[in-house]
Amino acid sequence: MNGVAYNFAYLDEQTKRMIRRAILKAIAIPGYQVPFAAREMPMPYGWGTGGVQVTAAIIGPNDRLKVIDQGADDTTNAVSIRAFFRKVTNVAVTTHTGDATIIQTRHRIPEQPLAAGQILVYQVPIPEPLRFLEPRETETRVMHGLEDYGLMHVKLYEDIAHHGRIATAYAYPVKVADRYVMDPSPIPKFDNPKMHMSPALQLFGAGREKRIYAVPPYTEVKSLDFEDHPFEIQTFDQPCALCGARNVYLDEVILDDRGGRMFVCSDTDGCDSRRPTTNDQPEARS
Amino acid sequence: MYVAVKGGEAAIDHAHRLLADRRRGDRTVPAITEAQITEQLSLAVDRVMAEASLYDPGLAALAIRQARGDMIEAIFILRAYRTTLPRFGSSQPLDTRHMRIERRISATYKDLPGGQLLGPTFDYTHRLIDPDLVGDPEVPEPARRDGGLDNIARVADILDGESLIETEADADIVPGDITREPSEFPMSRPERLQSLARGDEGFLLALAYSTQRGYGRSHPFVGEIRIGLAEVEIDVPELGVAVTLGEVRITECQMVNQFKGTADKPPQFTRGYGLVFGQSERKAMAMSLCDRALRAAEYGEEIVAPAQDEEFVISHCDNVQATGFVEHLKLPHYVDFQAELGLVRRLRTAWEERGVLLEDDDSEAPLGEAAQ
Repeated sequence: MNGVAYNFAYLDEQTKRMIRRAILKAIAIPGYQVPFAAREMPMPYGWGTGGVQVTAAIIGPNDRLKVIDQGADDTTNAVSIRAFFRKVTNVAVTTHTGDATIIQTRHRIPEQPLAAGQILVYQVPIPEPLRFLEPRETETRVMHGLEDYGLMHVKLYEDIAHHGRIATAYAYPVKVADRYVMDPSPIPKFDNPKMHMSPALQLFGAGREKRIYAVPPYTEVKSLDFEDHPFEIQTFDQPCALCGARNVYLDEVILDDRGGRMFVCSDTDGCDSRRPTTNDQPEARS
Repeated sequence: MYVAVKGGEAAIDHAHRLLADRRRGDRTVPAITEAQITEQLSLAVDRVMAEASLYDPGLAALAIRQARGDMIEAIFILRAYRTTLPRFGSSQPLDTRHMRIERRISATYKDLPGGQLLGPTFDYTHRLIDPDLVGDPEVPEPARRDGGLDNIARVADILDGESLIETEADADIVPGDITREPSEFPMSRPERLQSLARGDEGFLLALAYSTQRGYGRSHPFVGEIRIGLAEVEIDVPELGVAVTLGEVRITECQMVNQFKGTADKPPQFTRGYGLVFGQSERKAMAMSLCDRALRAAEYGEEIVAPAQDEEFVISHCDNVQATGFVEHLKLPHYVDFQAELGLVRRLRTAWEERGVLLEDDDSEAPLGEAAQ
């Protein structure tokens, strides 16, 4: 397609306006899923098209973009999305959490606390927290409308009855601003507390499901629980084998076929910043 | 020192280079051209245009080549291009009565005005693989006849004259556009038909088949299938007249279905409608069966089968969405897997501790009870 010129950030301006209107509505009603006319993007559905559209709608020439997948800047899909934005916007990209104005993420929230003015864009596969309890959209929309979340509490209760604890380790449902139950996207529940009263704006884009939702800065985000079974996050017995950090989320890396394993930071930027030498950093941190 | 097993830009570049190599294949074999694809694999081009919702045979052929013949990948490439195109306006409704017909058959009448025209069909070929096609054998020109095939009454209009089939009046509404507006359930029929028209041929075929096997039976008859070239007209307000933009090849299927009637409505036939770009009877017929099945609520029919379930059918008929989401499972999920791993380990520890307790209980159980 020689001679085909794309607009800044790929999407045409009308589409960006449409997405921005959806974002504004989402910010005005924290946790509420706003339908939007998601476009086909040049990457597959399920690979971050919702997040990419949100980022494309909000990014400007002066932004600095960071893209992570599983907490890492150098996973293939993060590399691919970062390369896409570099190509269609020519904006500066960074791997440093503190330097970024927009961070697009899949499955993690950076360990370094976010600051006011930063925007975290989540890629969302299934925006509806009630979907696996009730497959019909017509039903779940009514349930949200009536604030009828009994089904979710029953599910959590049944977990406790069967397993002695709530058996949801990621995509752990939260209640936003004491109104809407929201899917935080498949982040580990370890990250849930970072959403609460965050100074950063949190935007969620689901392309295939055509939904955008948001958590405005300084908004209450409460992980669902019971008085006698309070919400708790994952803990790790050992520190990161590379940087020694504790109280961070770790990936388990298999070293051999004899059960050898090590635990290392999932957040590569956080890990790198705590290590004195940079020789053994993975490639391509542009 | 351990280096994370993570892909970088170099890995992606190499993968793309290898892909380009495999796409080209043996360099001693001449490269296939887009013209060869549009001319000789035209039904593949038609399918890509139909499910990408973009009528452009040249680009569809290029997409097929780029996708190495993977149809859904080609559909995806063409759709991603389509979505960036500006929208100038909407055409007038296609007038299929006045399309230039290449094929037209009816299963409801032995003969009818305009006749049965078989056209370029596989229907009565014997599916014997043909070694004579190897190479480039001489192919005789087709028999031709002049004109007279651009004003043939539609079977549905014939039935309509007797009021035996439900009337489909011009609703005088501007239909929604599923590619520009978020759709909500329940959908309007125009939006539903748009979704079905770009829906996956295989998925709709299977659903249509299921209605024939008792899962939402609708007693269908092929009122008519017509394939040919229809003019696309657009209103130009500055000129005050409709201007013809060109012709598109389409396949239209009018399915005639039985309906027993209700207290309000006399018994009459109902319709299922299919319309797709290019020549694809299978898709048009499957679409019309699904359309009729999805109208169950309109006729007060009990919704018991998957093909009648609008949310189920419409949410899952798009192959670009489906393939993306299914294939996204190959993206890394190790953060979530780590969370599950930790959870399963804790649950196992708890389970084993319970097991130990139970064994202790057993050993301390009074003999009397054991004897019982």
